[in-house]
Amino acid sequence: MTLPFDIEPLYAILLIPAAACAVLTLVPYYRLGALINVLACGATFAASAMLLTVERVRGDIFIIDDFNIYLVILTTFVGFTTAIFSASYIGHELETGRLTPTFLRFYHALYQAMLGAMNVALVANNIGLLWVGLEVATLTTVMMVGLYRTPEAVEAAWKYFILGSVGIALAFFGTILIYLSAQEALGEGLPAMAWDVMRQNASKFDSRLLSLAFVFLLVGYGTKVGLAPFHAWLPDAHAEGPTPISAVLSGLLLNVALYALLRFKMIMTANTATLDVGLIMMALGLISLVFAAFMLYRRRDVKRLFAYSSIEHMGIMTFAFGIGGPLANFAGLLHMTMHSLTKSAIFFAVGHIAQVKGTQRIADIKGLSVTHPALAIGLAAGVFAIAGLPPFGVFTSEFMLVSSTFARQPVLAVVLVFGLIVAFGALVWRLQDMLFGEPTGSAGQVKASYVPLFVHLAIVLVAGVWLPEPVVQWFKAVAAQLG
Amino acid sequence: MRTLAFDVAHLLAGGMLVLSFVLLYQDRISATLNIFALQAIVLSMSVAWQALIQDAPHLLATAAIALVVKGIVIPTALHRIVRRLGIHREIEVVVGAGPTMLMGLGLVALSILLVLPVGDKISILAREDLAFALAVILLGLLMMITRHNAVTQIVGFMSLENGLILAASGAKGMPLVVEFTVAFSILIAFIVFGVFVFRIRERFDTVDVGALDRFRGERRDQP
Repeated sequence: MTLPFDIEPLYAILLIPAAACAVLTLVPYYRLGALINVLACGATFAASAMLLTVERVRGDIFIIDDFNIYLVILTTFVGFTTAIFSASYIGHELETGRLTPTFLRFYHALYQAMLGAMNVALVANNIGLLWVGLEVATLTTVMMVGLYRTPEAVEAAWKYFILGSVGIALAFFGTILIYLSAQEALGEGLPAMAWDVMRQNASKFDSRLLSLAFVFLLVGYGTKVGLAPFHAWLPDAHAEGPTPISAVLSGLLLNVALYALLRFKMIMTANTATLDVGLIMMALGLISLVFAAFMLYRRRDVKRLFAYSSIEHMGIMTFAFGIGGPLANFAGLLHMTMHSLTKSAIFFAVGHIAQVKGTQRIADIKGLSVTHPALAIGLAAGVFAIAGLPPFGVFTSEFMLVSSTFARQPVLAVVLVFGLIVAFGALVWRLQDMLFGEPTGSAGQVKASYVPLFVHLAIVLVAGVWLPEPVVQWFKAVAAQLG
Repeated sequence: MRTLAFDVAHLLAGGMLVLSFVLLYQDRISATLNIFALQAIVLSMSVAWQALIQDAPHLLATAAIALVVKGIVIPTALHRIVRRLGIHREIEVVVGAGPTMLMGLGLVALSILLVLPVGDKISILAREDLAFALAVILLGLLMMITRHNAVTQIVGFMSLENGLILAASGAKGMPLVVEFTVAFSILIAFIVFGVFVFRIRERFDTVDVGALDRFRGERRDQP
């Protein structure tokens, strides 16, 4: 599948998923469907990498700048590796009869629709289009969470749907309010809803209306980020859906929602008379971190465990962007990338483990190091990385954040470190349960695809040891933009 | 400011709010659906009026979509679903009508207090429209919370979306893209809901969402 080179990469990353979605609804064979899915994701990733080679562009509808270009590349990359993982995952689901070929057809089409919608949200300059992208991505994931049609899956999908759409409705109201606050300065029409125009003119906006708008946007998009206390949908949706979906939910969709929030934060900070956004984000971030860290101890389901760990890490990022400044923003951006790669790698491992053991109960997964050493190594490396141990990249970002916080808000740094340690304890404890002990369940071999798992872990490891200079410069530039 | 344009817009938006209150205490599903259809029709009139006074013909398309989709197609489809499920007479309300109405009043007061003081730079028409819209949105949320039945939760959600469209049409000159996509997303939402209702029916023989609570993932893991 080669790209016609007269198509701009910007349109390619939107059109390829759209075309693939249409094609996949027509393909009845699941192997072919999986193959097309992987190829389309690969082509989208290639197109997103080409974004680096062309000039940054802006229009009233779309924008490419330093901030979103790296998220687009990250999103399409994880989308691509997850598609490879998914291709090996679904074969097993068909054998056990949890999925039928008809549903798989549906599943592949939705997967492309979700990736396309996330790309739309990321490259949108129009804040209404940003909202549309997130809404469509949410709806497609809702359907995929309910795909197994077990009572648990239906409940999870229903809950996700209700909470997600209420969140998204509030975010839309916030979008209308922010448009109204800009009306006096920007007038009417399409340019008045363009994010970059809004940011340049934010100092002229009605600050009280802008503050009110941000409250709605924060609650709305914050629900999608999974911040406590709006997180109730997240563990259920992660635990009951197919594992590839858990991987992209944690690794990508939460990031995209946080990205939306950050775009609005940038508008807010450009207007000095508004309420202190940073403070609210710091509070929500810390609450999510500490709450999720304690909740980790009570989890008995392995996918739920890592879902709570995602809440914890989204809390860390929100806190980092809340405290702001070049170092903390840098840490936040790095953490977004590292968490996304590590958490999806963990879900790849967990997916295969749950398949081979036939259960997601931690108590029934024992002795992995004896029965499945490769998966055990992958899981252990992933958990050590996500718990923040050196030499992995998550350690780097957490260390930067902690040291920056100690310099500026020592009291909050204590809370932050406390939360990190509590979470660390829970994760290592649970990992030990799964790796060692008398082996339980089947010792049969899996047709696992180890490549995505270990590629992700390798990137996280390399980033922890040595971050290439261009990437550092790039993150610095974005961190400065974030303010 | 007391012009005809203002009064009619006020009347229609106020009518939507009243219908939101009526929705709160309906105790039969078919009646709820009828009230919802009526609210959608009032919404389309309100949007059409905004199109006239703002001289924005594209809003007429939004009004037409609201009228056809939310006023006619969706209520009809839901009536059919409800009849097929054999639940057109039942409804469960968690909180009684009295407390619900009081909470609703509180929410209306809240939205007035929130919106009116901050928007002194936008026109009074847009500001009052916004207060009405926020009240309709919050009442839709309240309805989703107090109802346990999947179909009435859907109605609560769509009533909430009515409020959103009211707000969007009141914001003068807001680009067309948004309104169209909102209307479109309602369709998607309906499809999703339809799928869900169908599945819930298939699995539980009830559309009471309360039945789903038994299957909380964590609970099943405990001995």
